[in-house]
Amino acid sequence: MKQSLSDRLALLSDAAKYDASCSSSGAGKRDSAATKGLGSVSNGICHAYTPDGRCISLLKILLTNFCIYDCAYCINRSSSNVPRARFTPDEVIWLTLEFYRRNYIEGLFLSSGIIRSSDDTMSQMVHVARELRQTHNFRGYIHLKTIPNASPALLAEAGLYADRLSINVEMPTEQGLAAYAPQKHASEIRHSMGEMRTHIEAGKDRTLTGRKPPRFAPGGQSTQMIVGADAATDRDILSSSSSLYTGYRLRRVYYSAFSPIPDASAILPVKAPPLLREHRLYQADWLFRFYGFQFSEITAARPDGMLDLELDPKLAWALANRALFPLDLNRAPKEMLLRVPGLGVRSVQAILSARSHRQLRLEDLVRLNVSIRKVKPFLYATGWTPGRLAERQNLRELFLPQPQQLSLF
Amino acid sequence: MAYGFVLDDYASFSAWRPLARQSFLAGCAPEEIEWRGTSEETTLFDTPLASPPPARAGAQPPVLRSQCHALLRSILRHADKTRFALAYRILWRAQTEPALASIATDPDIARALRMHQQVRKDVHKMTAFVRFREHGSAQAGRRSFYAWFEPDHYILPSVAPFFARRFVDMDWVILTPKGSLAWNGDTCAFSPVPCAKPKLSDTIEQLWQTYYVSTFNPARIKTKAMLSEMPRKYWKNLPETTLIPRMLAEADARVTAMAAQAPRPAPAFHHKLQQRRSATAPAVQEEPAPPQHSGKFIASPPSDVSL
Ligand code: SF4
Repeated sequence: MKQSLSDRLALLSDAAKYDASCSSSGAGKRDSAATKGLGSVSNGICHAYTPDGRCISLLKILLTNFCIYDCAYCINRSSSNVPRARFTPDEVIWLTLEFYRRNYIEGLFLSSGIIRSSDDTMSQMVHVARELRQTHNFRGYIHLKTIPNASPALLAEAGLYADRLSINVEMPTEQGLAAYAPQKHASEIRHSMGEMRTHIEAGKDRTLTGRKPPRFAPGGQSTQMIVGADAATDRDILSSSSSLYTGYRLRRVYYSAFSPIPDASAILPVKAPPLLREHRLYQADWLFRFYGFQFSEITAARPDGMLDLELDPKLAWALANRALFPLDLNRAPKEMLLRVPGLGVRSVQAILSARSHRQLRLEDLVRLNVSIRKVKPFLYATGWTPGRLAERQNLRELFLPQPQQLSLF
Repeated sequence: MAYGFVLDDYASFSAWRPLARQSFLAGCAPEEIEWRGTSEETTLFDTPLASPPPARAGAQPPVLRSQCHALLRSILRHADKTRFALAYRILWRAQTEPALASIATDPDIARALRMHQQVRKDVHKMTAFVRFREHGSAQAGRRSFYAWFEPDHYILPSVAPFFARRFVDMDWVILTPKGSLAWNGDTCAFSPVPCAKPKLSDTIEQLWQTYYVSTFNPARIKTKAMLSEMPRKYWKNLPETTLIPRMLAEADARVTAMAAQAPRPAPAFHHKLQQRRSATAPAVQEEPAPPQHSGKFIASPPSDVSL
């Protein structure tokens, strides 16, 4: 029976949704004012939200969900009994442009199961991106998933049209990858990431003659790890993140709580991990990227290598390092203020700028939308001195989520 | 008789500025000036407003740091009736407290910053939630689209460049209760005249709804996260949100069905692939060359390597 375009859209977006990345930022600014075509890129806009709390920024679809690989966690693996479908490159182009014109999306995130060979699959994806850019004058966002082992020439061409490239490491440990994705090899993934890093960095440098090098994925590369499908601890996961960010200069690492899939492989756990675990990993990632924390500091005090599910990682770190507090709101350096639970990057900025003109009192923080209850034990200010933290025994209890009151219905 | 001015809803910084300057040069303190919007109801008992007296001899024109200037520009797009008065008070105070705008803990500045955030959010949500619908067939190669949106603040002039630089190769009109924007490929025309909601339909919306439903993962429900980013007030103008109740109602059953499903035999092509692989593939895959960057992907001992 012939599948309609709508049927295939349903199948090939359903199969793509396990990839958490939907970001359309990081590619700088451009628009169509001069080129008279369609599309612009700025800070990344979320055009809709689904009831799973995720944002829709890009049309996230697969070219096909046929795959010759058999990765256990994946709905598209060859041994899975799901219905299969494929788009022609022209259909993908048409959908992208029609959705874009109606302001549903920022652009396209194209991925694919591997058909025939890596190069064959990759060249079809590059074809879509090339047509969008060259034939349709499209200046919106393009994210291409790169296929492991695709040839360097294809990779270079992909970088010419795409804003971001990604390759998923999927499993936080090499062991996990070997067990769950028998045809994938950690060394190949690392190799691809290393290549992309070289290209991305070369794309930013000017040559000695001052000429601009060819464009290469200005939005950098990203990856995803599946959380909770194997036995890897949060410490394992975050130490992988650490090498991904520092060794391979990734722009983003996504964590995707393993989610039950239709026709699941028998070697997968039956139950999904709590979504809270994924959330805590993102918080830890945030602390690394914006708050000056090292991943190792965040997990240092956790005996089992797992993040505290009850307290957010910044608070958990502060309680484990209480000797460093309280800090003087009017004098503490920026790096330390950033470590105060309850102070965000924006409020720290506002504090620094306000305190150079006025002495601050704790109450002043209310106007910065800071929760006084949360910061109170960690700061002293004009007119406020907390007890020494080290002497408080029940500090943890103070911050634990309150038991939910039962209410009469 | 009180001193003051009646200003248009869309009175921006540049309309307010000469009046504020005039008041300042006349030496009128913030509490002596009344600012009204034209859309505010005037009652019989409202005192008529008179222009401030002429400038005092030797009065110096007011000055503003760029940060403060930008803040006032922003809050004058807010729909709050008191915006003109707040802007004048900040202008007045900034003459003796030049760093005022950088003190976010000051009550006037805290309020202005909150209004500034609300305006920014309104602009951002408009760029996100406008939905164009195609109308008629292409004329001279240009297709035309209409949208309806309900902004909270007077932001149309501020969002115009975004739409005009993004949707260049098509004609479009955005209608709102606070005026409209129209693009013809050359110029973007703004009109403050309020519009009524048009009746529009577009068959592509069915595909968009298919996408919206399919990209949703029923195994992870986080409606609070959704609502904080896409509050209900926007729902009535979004083609996809009508599906949300059904998606939520069916989610549980879908997840239970996935868990209950017995493993099914692998499809035939999987077995063929397996056979072909064992017949042709070398027993051990060759290791490709190591990455050029010796970035330490592998940190822990080899028995439990980090990828
Ligand atoms: S190669 Fe990709 S699409 Fe194919 S089974 Fe593995 S993860 Fe899924």
